[in-house]
Amino acid sequence: MELQTWIYLAVGGTFALYMGIAIWARAGSTKEFYVAGGGVNPIANGMATAADWMSAASFISMAGLIAFLGYNASPYLMGWTGGYVLLALLLAPYLRKFGKFTVPEFIGDRFYSRTARLVAVVCLIVASTTYVIGQMKGVGVAFGRFLEVEFETGILIGMTVVFFYAVIGGMKGITYTQIAQYVVLIFAYTVPAAFISLQLTGMPIPQLGLGSTLSDGSGIALLDKLDQTVTDLGFAKYTEPSGSRLNTFMLTLSLMIGTAGLPHVIIRFFTVPKVSDARKSAGWALVFIAILYTTAPAVGSMARMNLMDTIQTGPVGEETANIKYAERPGWFKRWENTGLLKFEDKNGDGRIQYYNDKNAEFAANAEAQYGWKGNEMVKVDRDIMVLANPEIAKLPNWVIALVAAGGLAAALSTAAGLLLAISSAISHDLLKRTFTPNISEKNELMAGRIAMATAVMIAGYLGMNPPGFAAQVVALAFGLAASSIFPVLMMGIFSKRINNVGAIAGMLAGLLSTLIYIFVFKGWFFIPGTNWFTNDAAHWFLGIAPESFGALGALINFGVATAVSRATAPPPQHIQDLVESVRIPKGAGGAVAH
Amino acid sequence: MSEKNNGVSQSDADQYWQANLKLLAKLLVVWFVVSFGFGILLVDVLNMVSIGGVKLGFFFAQQGSIYVFVLLIFVYVRQMNKLDKKFNVEED
Repeated sequence: MELQTWIYLAVGGTFALYMGIAIWARAGSTKEFYVAGGGVNPIANGMATAADWMSAASFISMAGLIAFLGYNASPYLMGWTGGYVLLALLLAPYLRKFGKFTVPEFIGDRFYSRTARLVAVVCLIVASTTYVIGQMKGVGVAFGRFLEVEFETGILIGMTVVFFYAVIGGMKGITYTQIAQYVVLIFAYTVPAAFISLQLTGMPIPQLGLGSTLSDGSGIALLDKLDQTVTDLGFAKYTEPSGSRLNTFMLTLSLMIGTAGLPHVIIRFFTVPKVSDARKSAGWALVFIAILYTTAPAVGSMARMNLMDTIQTGPVGEETANIKYAERPGWFKRWENTGLLKFEDKNGDGRIQYYNDKNAEFAANAEAQYGWKGNEMVKVDRDIMVLANPEIAKLPNWVIALVAAGGLAAALSTAAGLLLAISSAISHDLLKRTFTPNISEKNELMAGRIAMATAVMIAGYLGMNPPGFAAQVVALAFGLAASSIFPVLMMGIFSKRINNVGAIAGMLAGLLSTLIYIFVFKGWFFIPGTNWFTNDAAHWFLGIAPESFGALGALINFGVATAVSRATAPPPQHIQDLVESVRIPKGAGGAVAH
Repeated sequence: MSEKNNGVSQSDADQYWQANLKLLAKLLVVWFVVSFGFGILLVDVLNMVSIGGVKLGFFFAQQGSIYVFVLLIFVYVRQMNKLDKKFNVEED
């Protein structure tokens, strides 16, 4: 069958499935809309959480990031999984015991303060909105590349599908579609990975293939060969660290606590029946996430190997060892058309030279000895590593179609989870708990649906017209979650002494220090040219990049909150009792409104 | 809530919490050692050893730490369920 037919079948089929689930899982009450009725099986919730968490970036970009950064991409792998240990041990069971609908609600009640609640709502909306723009862009890109429709049309189709199941089904509809989306995305990720691993190493399990010897008869281990191939061309060693160790450490820590503090992930644990289920569910979530995250390093190294081998077919320096541009493979041509690959014949020899011309010594040597005039692969987009992988490995058309459906599943599931976090913060925290406390159940549900519909449209609009800072969202979303939300939740559970003033002062100190640190290097509100310092290691405070500052922001938050609380009156008795009751599983019951 | 802590005695509640904190401390030490320790701070030393074709430091940074994370959560689930029973604070 034609590739396009397969893709229409895969994408159309999965979309029909999501729509079907939406009709079946209508939300009839606010409890169903916010927490899927509170009766979701912990393993099913683990699966939904995994889909919620793994975004377009995890699915499409992460393996490519690893392929080009090698060891230096490790903070993303450890950070985005290690955060679940913190979530499981320090937050999820207690917040489930608290038994309300949203994250700001815990902060508002525990710190008996409307201001604290509003600060939390603002952090949540900023973090989630920036994050959702990236998902919408991912939907547009996936449609554009696979179905050859306009970027905007792609986003519109994606919006319509999310609109359908998120507005009608709320958390209930989202939960069951996320389970389906997880199955689609994990299948789409691991099938090509298994084939590629099999071809390169003879081992179909990618995680084991990573440590295997190559099946080309050389007897050399994959990673040793890769280290050799890349260093022969002037690139840094794949398996060894480079750059500041302190920055690697801080980036990993920031991503971990940021992960644990992201509201759209936390609220997934409000949907399980019991406290012990919340713990178990976090474990299962990490199992399902780890399947993709331990496959990604294999995909990354193997894709890099395949790419290098395609271009440099023999010893470096031998003229015939570089592939002729005219003889480049079919996938190369196809991806050149999308602009993700770009070749420029700098020395006019009709062959492709791909090497690290930023390595001055190697570049000078290559020019003198081989007549190379610079790296001719002027653009190799990292997303290609996953998107073109099936073609590079010559896999059948249905596998390519599956990758298209998987990328869309990853983007849509994350977008829906984020949109729910945003709309529940608006309809529940702002309306019900702050401005219109007398709103009826029916009207609150309607308000939730309107908030959701509005959020979908704003997200779609921003996806089509991304603000200049769209690329910076990771730093911003994780920085906010790490520096403001995680510390205040943790202190709310583990300390009885932190009071309202302390929590607010801590949140603001963590938030502002992180925001200012990001802005002075990346420009105020990301407006180009307004940065005070050049954004490079020489100017960073102790060599810590803006992306890695969240952990320091959290430290500032903890410090300020503790100091201010010590200097002011302790929380009233009923709040201390609340903390005691949150620490004990007994008496949880379903998530309740009041 | 008619009765504080749903009928759990204050001393049970306090001991349960202390046991919980102790367990957390142990698990978080392992969490720190496999990722920040083996995967980052000691990566150069561990990379001198290769097991099954992968340098050990690199392995912990991209594979090993993730497996240990999964294990840690399930150990936590098991131990907490035991503590819940021991101090009679489990859900009905």
